[in-house]
Amino acid sequence: MSDFNSEFWSYFVGGVTLVGVFACMLLLWLTARKKIPATADNTTGHVWDEDLREMNNPLPRWWMWLFILTTVFGLGYLLAYPGLGSFAGKLGWSTRSEYEQEVAQANKELEPLYARFTAMKPEDVAGDPKAMSIGERLFMNNCAQCHGSDARGSKGFPNLTDGDWLHGGTPDAIHETIAKGRIGVMPPMAAAVGTPDDVKNVANYVLSLSGSPHDSLRASLGKSKFGACAACHGNDGKGNQALGSANLTDDIWLHGWGEDAIIAMINNGKTNQMPAQEGKLTDAQIQVLTAYVWGLSNKPAAARR
Amino acid sequence: MADDKPAAAAGRRIIPIAPAPAGKDMVSLYEAHRKVYPRAIRGVFARWRWIMVFLTQLFFYGLPWLQWGERQIVLFDLGARRFYIFGWVLYPQDFIYLTGLLVVSALSLFLFTAVAGRLWCGFTCPQTVYTEIFLWVEKKIEGERVARMRLDKEPLSAEKLVKKWFKHIVWLGIALWTGFTFVGYFSPIRELGLAFLQTRMGSWEVFWVFFYGFATYGNAGFMREQVCKYMCPYARFQSAMFDHDTLIVSYDPGRGEPRAPHARGETQGPDGAALGDCIDCSLCVQVCPVGIDIRNGLQYECIGCGLCVDACNTVMDRMHSPRGLIRYTTQNALAQRGAATALLRRVLRPRVLVYATILAAVSIGLLASLVTRTPLKVDVVRDRAALSRIVAGGRLENVYRLQIMNATEATQRYRVAARGLDGLTVSLDDDPVEVAPAQARWVAVRLQIPYGSAPPGSHPVHFDIGAEGTATQVSEPSVFLVPR
Repeated sequence: MSDFNSEFWSYFVGGVTLVGVFACMLLLWLTARKKIPATADNTTGHVWDEDLREMNNPLPRWWMWLFILTTVFGLGYLLAYPGLGSFAGKLGWSTRSEYEQEVAQANKELEPLYARFTAMKPEDVAGDPKAMSIGERLFMNNCAQCHGSDARGSKGFPNLTDGDWLHGGTPDAIHETIAKGRIGVMPPMAAAVGTPDDVKNVANYVLSLSGSPHDSLRASLGKSKFGACAACHGNDGKGNQALGSANLTDDIWLHGWGEDAIIAMINNGKTNQMPAQEGKLTDAQIQVLTAYVWGLSNKPAAARR
Repeated sequence: MADDKPAAAAGRRIIPIAPAPAGKDMVSLYEAHRKVYPRAIRGVFARWRWIMVFLTQLFFYGLPWLQWGERQIVLFDLGARRFYIFGWVLYPQDFIYLTGLLVVSALSLFLFTAVAGRLWCGFTCPQTVYTEIFLWVEKKIEGERVARMRLDKEPLSAEKLVKKWFKHIVWLGIALWTGFTFVGYFSPIRELGLAFLQTRMGSWEVFWVFFYGFATYGNAGFMREQVCKYMCPYARFQSAMFDHDTLIVSYDPGRGEPRAPHARGETQGPDGAALGDCIDCSLCVQVCPVGIDIRNGLQYECIGCGLCVDACNTVMDRMHSPRGLIRYTTQNALAQRGAATALLRRVLRPRVLVYATILAAVSIGLLASLVTRTPLKVDVVRDRAALSRIVAGGRLENVYRLQIMNATEATQRYRVAARGLDGLTVSLDDDPVEVAPAQARWVAVRLQIPYGSAPPGSHPVHFDIGAEGTATQVSEPSVFLVPR
């Protein structure tokens, strides 16, 4: 507990709490001994609004014992659990430890459920409707925020259903992407390519690779300057999954389509990150997710649902 | 103010105050509990109390054993968050029906209380009903009021021990059966019974059987009237619904006083003073389950069970006096000694009519809404990450997640359509969407419009979801975003 910036406040809060409990006990002890004179009409003698009188209807004695029990319980509670200033309690309970216990308990209960799937090949898991409904929920809770509920992504977030992979589409590669995360870097290349006109020519050449609308004169001029790009994207522009460099020939544009978007990428570059899920999800969960993501663009052995 | 006092006093509620216990000058702030030994009595109200015991308990103990098709007729499946009541499958989203039921219950309490006081307390409240059952057991084993009082005063003997043990065993049996039945509303009772026989009940089920059973045993066996006196909030706020025309169990002091023991036909005491009809036999006090003397007037402890009416009528019959020295009557009727017809006319007063009208309106509304309920619910959640995207073919796409909740007990196939924009098309991975009985499913739905067919901004759209082969149809609104 580091909520107090001085020990004084810990003692102050603990002291006030204890004084409160003991004051309740004292009050109970005093009222239990107190006797009041009985009146002839069994009222307390108070009269309001002309004729409203307060009857003397005493509380039952067992009720007083319940009061006393609550104060005793309170002291026991304060001894066992945090409550007296920064005193952590004899049981060492905390919300964090309870949360961790519950997560561990839940994971233990889930283990046999996942055991069947972790023993299977990802290609087979993708054909199991039960595994896929688990996978779908995992995806909705952990992946859909960026990749979209339908896994089709959006600008800057890859579409996972189109069979185009920056870092490889084998189950092993997908598993590594989910577990370890990925960082994709496109450095600013304007200086390496040349003048702004050269950049525009290269952009048109890139567009021509996928047969997208382009200026063919500029494209043929840009081809010679593409050498600066080929180190990562390859001479044929097909990219390199080992580097995570994009395939420029397939008409899939993660960071925007058209001349302007490509010029912006060449001039400014971009760093894109897929966060690692290891530690957040269990390995069994990552295996099921791997199969689910793989199944989005592959037909598994057994037909899905 | 002083000159209208006498006039006001005649019509004003005057609660005769019970005198303090004699011989005690100093009293404690806390009261030691005095056990009440109610005497059994026959009569109209006693019979009604037993009719209500049978009706409510036949319902409570019997209902979970009935089947509806393949399942229990009433089952609250807390684990799956599905509530099966007759043909209905309710979701947590149907909580409004529970609210409606509670409103109906509250208004019924208002209405019954305004008409005839604490009818609920005296006749149907579980506290009253189980206390009555437990008292019956106590009477069968330990004997009548006097025998029970004597037994409690006796030193411990083999006979006392046997009687007490036997009573508690029977009480515990009833209590545990009650707890078992209670849990049977939440966990299928037939399987629960089998699990109990094979001693493999779940730990939470065991806990609730014992917890509810223990509460029944403690409340009906020991706490009894103290629950009503010290713990129950309804008992207290019902007094706010009483007025001068509310039927309450009342002693007629004008007829009964001065009270004194006397023989049949005697109208004058030994000193020549006139005698009232009350022979001060104290039978009304002996039968009272909360241990009060109704002759002291309306008291907060009175649960309005009418047993003192039965007791007094028995005595009046024997005395050849007219019945009704203690009766259900109103304060106005008692004060004015009006005819019975006038009393009944006052029952239909504005307060009662207002309560009855609201109660009828809410009940009809609740029933109509249940009967015409669509067994399908849909939530539309627009994807939050991407506002919209341009896809192949130069179309603008928005992504939504639809939670489709099947509130029927058959597998349903749902078709999703959308309207609201020109050229709006819908695409799903699974079409139609198949949803298992009483299950919910999330599906991703994509809406597309041709690029440039709508100005930038937010456009209202509607999803229409219909079940194949039925008339079930639900429409849910959402928005389609077009970027600048």
